[in-house]
Amino acid sequence: MAQLISRLRVWRGAVLLLAGLYFLVPMAASVWFSIDDVDGISFDAYTGLLSAPGFTDSLVLTLELAAVTVVVLLLLLVPAMIAVRIGASRLRPVLEVVCTLPLVVPPVALTAGLIGVLRWGPDHLMDTPFFQTFVFVQQPGFPLVLVVAYVLMALPLAHRALDSGLRAVDVRTLVEAARNCGAGWPRAVLSVVVPNLRGALLSAAFLTLALVLGEFTTASILGYQPFAVWIYSVGNSRGQMSVAVSVLSLLITWVLLLLLAAAGRERRHRTTATS
Amino acid sequence: MTTAPTPVPAPAAADPGGGPGAPGTAPAPGTASPAAPPRAKRRPRGGAWLATVPLLAFFLVGFGLPAVAILTGAFTVSGDAETGAGSFTTANLTDSVQGAYRTALFSSLKLSALTALIGTVLGVPLAQAVLTSRFRLLREAVLTASGVLANFGGLPLAFAFVATLGNAGELTELFHLTDHGWSLYSFTGLTVTYLYFLVPLMVLTITPALEGLRLQWREAARNNRATALQYWRYVALPVLFPSLLGGFVLLFGSAFAAYATAAAMVGATVPLISRQIADALSGNVLVGQGNLALALSLDMILVAALVMAVHLPLQRRSARWLS
Repeated sequence: MAQLISRLRVWRGAVLLLAGLYFLVPMAASVWFSIDDVDGISFDAYTGLLSAPGFTDSLVLTLELAAVTVVVLLLLLVPAMIAVRIGASRLRPVLEVVCTLPLVVPPVALTAGLIGVLRWGPDHLMDTPFFQTFVFVQQPGFPLVLVVAYVLMALPLAHRALDSGLRAVDVRTLVEAARNCGAGWPRAVLSVVVPNLRGALLSAAFLTLALVLGEFTTASILGYQPFAVWIYSVGNSRGQMSVAVSVLSLLITWVLLLLLAAAGRERRHRTTATS
Repeated sequence: MTTAPTPVPAPAAADPGGGPGAPGTAPAPGTASPAAPPRAKRRPRGGAWLATVPLLAFFLVGFGLPAVAILTGAFTVSGDAETGAGSFTTANLTDSVQGAYRTALFSSLKLSALTALIGTVLGVPLAQAVLTSRFRLLREAVLTASGVLANFGGLPLAFAFVATLGNAGELTELFHLTDHGWSLYSFTGLTVTYLYFLVPLMVLTITPALEGLRLQWREAARNNRATALQYWRYVALPVLFPSLLGGFVLLFGSAFAAYATAAAMVGATVPLISRQIADALSGNVLVGQGNLALALSLDMILVAALVMAVHLPLQRRSARWLS
């Protein structure tokens, strides 16, 4: 018995050690690569970022895109998800299909479809007011077409996050109670249901944010330059800086997910405390 | 999940079919009462579905139009063709599975299948090792790290590996790997890189299933004199099988859809279908083949749809099993 246990321990140690090596070495090597210099250690790759051409522009664009995507996504999804729980339950399968279908279309294919639409539009709608819409969604300053793509890509993620949040709350009873107390519909939803979904809303927002920050495919094919595309162009000329940005983005993802975990934990404590 | 009754003086008797109107027991499709009947008195029926209209409308335009564009485009002659622009054809689709495109499609499938298989084989022991560890801190750390790394795809991943194992990478220089024939910019290199986010993804996917394995089963097997190997072979693996297959398929799908990592790292040395689509979209195709990108996208969607058709029922099944 003791032999078996010690054998198990050896096996487990070996697995963990190998995994640790595989996952930690590239991180360490990246950090080292980004600060390694001919004469010792230098943080130029990090400090030089701010003054690098295009850095602030692309970062600002990405953050704007992320903010708009999160707002649009939540405004579209949250009312729909609450609605299928309190009334229109027949629409629930429809909603599930809508939130699953984007998984079937890889980003590259979605981009191909969007380009198809964008090319078709001007050919056929030249003389109609719709033409202006096509110009409007493609303006380089703030490409709304990217927001459309990102909202679609984030739908499955956000749906899953919100769904697990809604599961923990008896939306129907809450709304009934609020209505019985004389609250109108907007009030019942906004000040009773939504606060209960804070954790789920946060996690949906974080996941979307992480997705938009790292998205490269659609933006690069459509020819815009948000942050990820900028990193790519930098990578061709200044390797060290691109690695520095990679290290930073790993850190940012880490922080985002830790925040997410914290938010989730808080929610769990709350629900266990109240139930 | 619907333990609390609705606090409404519901005229339930007036509606024999609909039940008391708890959300879980919502009217089955086909019953005459669509939205929960007890509420009909207070609120005009159909008010709730209005809230889903914006999402559905957005989806119809944002997703429906591109989908229609792909479908129609894949089956029509490109507008830049000399003859018959806009007429029906299956030439795009046949072209999209021939020659260089066939190579790319197969290479994508091979890479996805191989990485998904290795990811599954490596991810399960890792998850098990972490789960059975005595240190809670280690478990939490590994699970959080898996969450981070599973999302660490795309460009940063490519750059991190170029810095580590690329031609001027730290490990390459340290161990003179190039002399031993190592190259990151190859199929093998891409496999090693993809595993960096696929293994954590597998750990995340399989952990709930492994947690669902009851200790009693192992004890029962041991009481019947089963060896550890026999326990895994006859008890644990059959129970885990749906989750394993579901995880494999999920990994396959992620690897298949990935574009940024390969685009930044290997360029054109490893042909991949996602890369071919991007190339075709930027105009790197023969005249008259503008719609080829759409046909290639359709190929890709078909594969992804197959993946989802396998994954979703399995996921539902294992979710039921483990709860």
